[in-house]
Amino acid sequence: MTVSVADAAVGTTPRMPRPVISLRNVFKQYRMGDTDVHALRGISLEIGRGDFVGIMGASGSGKSTLMNIVGCLDVPTRGHFWLDGVDVRTLDDDDLARIRNRKIGFVFQSFNLLPRMSALANVELPLVYAGVRPNDRRARATRALEAVGLGERMDHYPSELSGGQQQRAAVARAIVTNPALVLADEPTGNLDTESSLDVMSVFADLHSQGRTVVLITHEEDIAGYTGRVVKLRDGQIVDDYEQDPAEARGTHVAHAEAGRAGESL
Amino acid sequence: MKQRDVVRMALGGVTSNKLRSALTMLGVLIGVSAVIILVAVGTGSSRQIEQRIDALGTNTLTVINTGRFGAARSVASTGTQSQAATLTLADVKQISNPNNAPDVESVSPVLSTSETATYQSASYSTTVTGSTPSYLTASDYTVASGRAITSTDVARHAQVVDIGSEVASNLFAVGSNPIGQQITLGSSNWLVVGVLASKGTSGTTDEDAVAIAPYTAVQDQLTGESQSFTELLVQGKSSSTLTLAQSEVEDILAAQNDTTVADLPFIVVNEESLLSTATSTTGTLTFLLGIVAGISLFVGGIGVMNIMLVSVTERTREIGIRKAIGAPKLAILLQFLIEAVVISLIGGAVGVGIGLIGSRFKIDGVQPAVAPDSILLAFGVAIAVGVFFGFYPANRASSLRPIDALRYE
Repeated sequence: MTVSVADAAVGTTPRMPRPVISLRNVFKQYRMGDTDVHALRGISLEIGRGDFVGIMGASGSGKSTLMNIVGCLDVPTRGHFWLDGVDVRTLDDDDLARIRNRKIGFVFQSFNLLPRMSALANVELPLVYAGVRPNDRRARATRALEAVGLGERMDHYPSELSGGQQQRAAVARAIVTNPALVLADEPTGNLDTESSLDVMSVFADLHSQGRTVVLITHEEDIAGYTGRVVKLRDGQIVDDYEQDPAEARGTHVAHAEAGRAGESL
Repeated sequence: MKQRDVVRMALGGVTSNKLRSALTMLGVLIGVSAVIILVAVGTGSSRQIEQRIDALGTNTLTVINTGRFGAARSVASTGTQSQAATLTLADVKQISNPNNAPDVESVSPVLSTSETATYQSASYSTTVTGSTPSYLTASDYTVASGRAITSTDVARHAQVVDIGSEVASNLFAVGSNPIGQQITLGSSNWLVVGVLASKGTSGTTDEDAVAIAPYTAVQDQLTGESQSFTELLVQGKSSSTLTLAQSEVEDILAAQNDTTVADLPFIVVNEESLLSTATSTTGTLTFLLGIVAGISLFVGGIGVMNIMLVSVTERTREIGIRKAIGAPKLAILLQFLIEAVVISLIGGAVGVGIGLIGSRFKIDGVQPAVAPDSILLAFGVAIAVGVFFGFYPANRASSLRPIDALRYE
């Protein structure tokens, strides 16, 4: 069906790698009380495999709506969205759940770990819904936690972990299914500067391992880690440029260290 | 997604808030144990009534004299207002003829009078029943010591008497033998030939405060020759033909008195119909008790639903997270549904235990008899309550949109 159409489209351009995200003239509007809110007004965007992209915009710019659509939590009113070659507009709720499970890893601003489970059990959860056998689950979750540097603390409950550690556990949960896309919504919004640096270095590592990471933020410093910045305003893309993350990171680290020096005085 | 994982998640929900789960179980628990105990009380009391009626006698009909014929016959035949009806020896002979009444085993005339029995300085008020030997069998009396009255006693107008255990214990000192002693009934002397085994009380009548003597002697000494019988006690051949025996007796009495069955001045009481009336009365009682208990089970179910709704609201964010990382609708639905069923299942199991323990104690003089059906029913209903009242909250949880659920604070 749509999958095969997308595959066929890829087939016509064999040298081009299939983009992970492909948005074509996407509109989203919803009603809020009596008024129609036009959250997205014609977004077209392609994000390739292995890209590290920052999506920036002030609140109300439509970046959260975009994140919901890219994360398959919501569907566009108009336009097309292919995720890893699959047209999501035609899918029902359970298909979307399956896509989220297999192709997307979410990292939220407020971590969103389940409080009554250990870090390991939290990381295992997506694999439970994927139907992976318990032994495999444990092994893969352990590997993911080790990859984010939490190998020592995986039996701790979220309340026993610091904010930075919780967010790293959340990153482990996002990558445990080996998704096509890691989608992070303001991942440092609830963290102090040091933990932010910590978590951002994890994302940089993921990128260097070849994962596709999309970061939604309103902080220039954080966006500085990425190789490409897309700026939104009033539901439209107003800027889209590539940058050298090493340079940007340098200024960010210097900035942060200056801040820390100020604190210690 | 494995079934085992869903069950594990549901159990996690039950154990995560133990106090709340326990209180919710309490509702189902009380309902289930109430069903079991109350139905057991109903069953127990109907058993008790059956036993009491059994004590009245086996397969018996009692013909009771109402005293007067109906108005229609009396005006037509005699012109007077009414005419006294009597139960006579001729009636007894007709009924005891197997050609007339093939389904009748025996018929005993009953002549009852109240007398004070005295022995030396002791006295006791007792019912004196003048009858024939078949009366003892028909009314289920057995002789504990001595002998029963015989047909020879009846023929000879012998002043001999079988006394009930209550009479014996009130007239005679413990250890002394009443057999062979002379007691006074009214103003005449009687020889005690036997003591009857205790039968206990039936309703308001003390079945052991009796003295049974040949009706001929009772007519001679106590009531006078002309006195007609107060009752006839008819024993049927079997309980299945008792109704047949009843119509035979009614036909004979109608012929004897030159009247119709409908106009008969006697009431024929069928023990069988007494029993079925009593059974249906206690059946209604059991049913009502069951309904009361069922209502409390229903209320318990509403408790389950209430708590599950609270739980869904409280865990909206958790549901959002689970959905965001790929939980399908069915997995969420089953998680909450199984949680509700597990709560009512545990409540039901403990309720059955408490019901069984509670049924061991006498309640208001009734020994409850646990009906096995009621256990299965109560348990089954408890599970059904979990499914029924758990479905709405579970469905609500599974229908939440992940973005709304994630945004929920």
